[in-house]
Amino acid sequence: MSAPTIARPKPTKSTKSTASLRHRLAERGIDTSLLMLVPALFFALALFVYPFSYGIGLTFQPTSAIQQQWGAGVFSNYAAFFKDPFVFDSIWLTMRLALPAALFNVVASIPVAFKLRQRFRGKKFLTTLLVLPITLGTVLTAQGLLIFAGRQGWLNRFLLQIGVIHQPLALVNNTLGVMFSLIISGFPFAFLLISSYLSGIDPSIEAAAKTMGADWKQRFRRVILPLLAPGLATTFILTFVLAFSVFPSARLVGDAMGSTRVMALMAYRAFGEQTDYGMASTIAIMMGAVELVVIAIVLLWRSSMYKGSTGGKG
Amino acid sequence: MAMQTASSGVPDVDAPQPPARVKKKAAAQAPGERSLVASPTTWVVWAGIAAFFIFLIGILISVVVDSFGKSWFSTWLPESFTKSWYTGAWGTFDLTHIIGVTLTVAVAVIIISVVVGVPAAYLLARRNFPLKKTVTLLFLLPVLMPPITYGIPLATVMYNVGLGRTLTAVILVNLVPSVPFVIMTMTPFIEQINPAIENAARMSGASMRKVFTKILMPLLIPGILAASILVLVRTVGMFDLTFLVSGPKSDTLVVAIYRAMTAAGGGEARQLISSMAVIYTVTMMIILIVALRFVSPTQLVARVKESRED
Repeated sequence: MSAPTIARPKPTKSTKSTASLRHRLAERGIDTSLLMLVPALFFALALFVYPFSYGIGLTFQPTSAIQQQWGAGVFSNYAAFFKDPFVFDSIWLTMRLALPAALFNVVASIPVAFKLRQRFRGKKFLTTLLVLPITLGTVLTAQGLLIFAGRQGWLNRFLLQIGVIHQPLALVNNTLGVMFSLIISGFPFAFLLISSYLSGIDPSIEAAAKTMGADWKQRFRRVILPLLAPGLATTFILTFVLAFSVFPSARLVGDAMGSTRVMALMAYRAFGEQTDYGMASTIAIMMGAVELVVIAIVLLWRSSMYKGSTGGKG
Repeated sequence: MAMQTASSGVPDVDAPQPPARVKKKAAAQAPGERSLVASPTTWVVWAGIAAFFIFLIGILISVVVDSFGKSWFSTWLPESFTKSWYTGAWGTFDLTHIIGVTLTVAVAVIIISVVVGVPAAYLLARRNFPLKKTVTLLFLLPVLMPPITYGIPLATVMYNVGLGRTLTAVILVNLVPSVPFVIMTMTPFIEQINPAIENAARMSGASMRKVFTKILMPLLIPGILAASILVLVRTVGMFDLTFLVSGPKSDTLVVAIYRAMTAAGGGEARQLISSMAVIYTVTMMIILIVALRFVSPTQLVARVKESRED
């Protein structure tokens, strides 16, 4: 709807002034129907932008205890964040969980989505089963993992019985347990997104490649993958966000004070247990910053991969 | 599959001979289409799916067995079965109240976010206006950010204005990701509708409100339904945000289970928690199965044909 006349507004203004202000505004897309946007904007400003900026303000109001311990005046919350290894290491611990989990979920979804694209009996049933864990929620997954994969659980019992192992494996209350929980809750989500992106690729493109004699490897690398890349990037970002903010499972199936001391957990500790809102906001905002860096890198990769429109509206 | 017919538009594609190897393999297959992924990969894929299901089903069944079991320690199955954990959980945690709170929050969030989100999605799908990119980014951010990031400042604000631990706070907090979510899911649905329909209505003298209620709403019902169901699933399952602002009187089911698991002194009996988790999962499954009847999960993103026509 961009009007081509807007190019140089200043000189043409005198000739256009016969039209009413309302008309001229409407020409640029401003009219009363924009009021429909007001409620949504109001919510976004009141519940997102305002608290967020308030939180940023809070980070510069450290408590006197923190100020004394770490110095650095108004920045002492940040000083505490970067200098206290107990807090700072949580970045690395979070990344070590979230990156592999998100990567695994995306990479594993691709072949499964391909398989389930063909028609076969029980496809809808299988798809439903794959999406089922979405309903489980982190808390039930955690409870189930503790019972099923715990030292007395069926998994260890079975493996002991058939003689594969001699000691029960430590699968929960450590990084591995959280990883399982992230895969179980994240994989269905990634699978759902990727298969919808895949179904958005026009099959005639692949058919064309096939008629030209491309084998499946070529078709995958040269045709499907470039078309799927934006979708893969989006899926990765969304599953990464899910895995990055892991919090209940890190507490329940992880080792909350040790190897799965993720950022979200640290932020919540500062908020709920120490009621230090400034420090809590600092950790929360640093969490957002770290995550935005990862997203930016992925988007950068995506823009270098992007070859044309996929299922999207181009 | 049907894509064989795609070549009919170009009559001479059959002329170049495909390599013999491909031809032989294709002949070995049934007269259908050859799969894209070769067979070793197929086995890996099926093994992966199988492993996933072993974990999934193991988790599910062990929780269900645990919730019915009596003293289950170092045996394959509990010594005896009982229903008392369910009645126990119902009484100990006042589940009627908790489920009531959960449903109230979910319904309120759905209604508000649809009423607020759909008009905004309409504008973003159809119109160009100054700062459109900024506005889109503003709506996208809450979905991209980890909930804790904005949840902690938001919860601080809630406590400061005296809304901490109230139902209102839980609803408000859940709106932050839901409104953008409705906008994001509704925009493609609205883009699918041919704008000529609305233009015709406008030309015939319908006001914007009439266009909305008489033309768009009936066409958008499937989209709104899909968005509502997704918001329902998200809200019922939302842990982080609700947890930050809720109190004993305003806990939703997930948060109540988490609190029971982490309560001081080792938490409640494991079986009580298992039975609550089973109740939660059964509720969610019913919602999702009903949802899948109405909405195909893949129709949210796939919209090639529709958008290419204009």
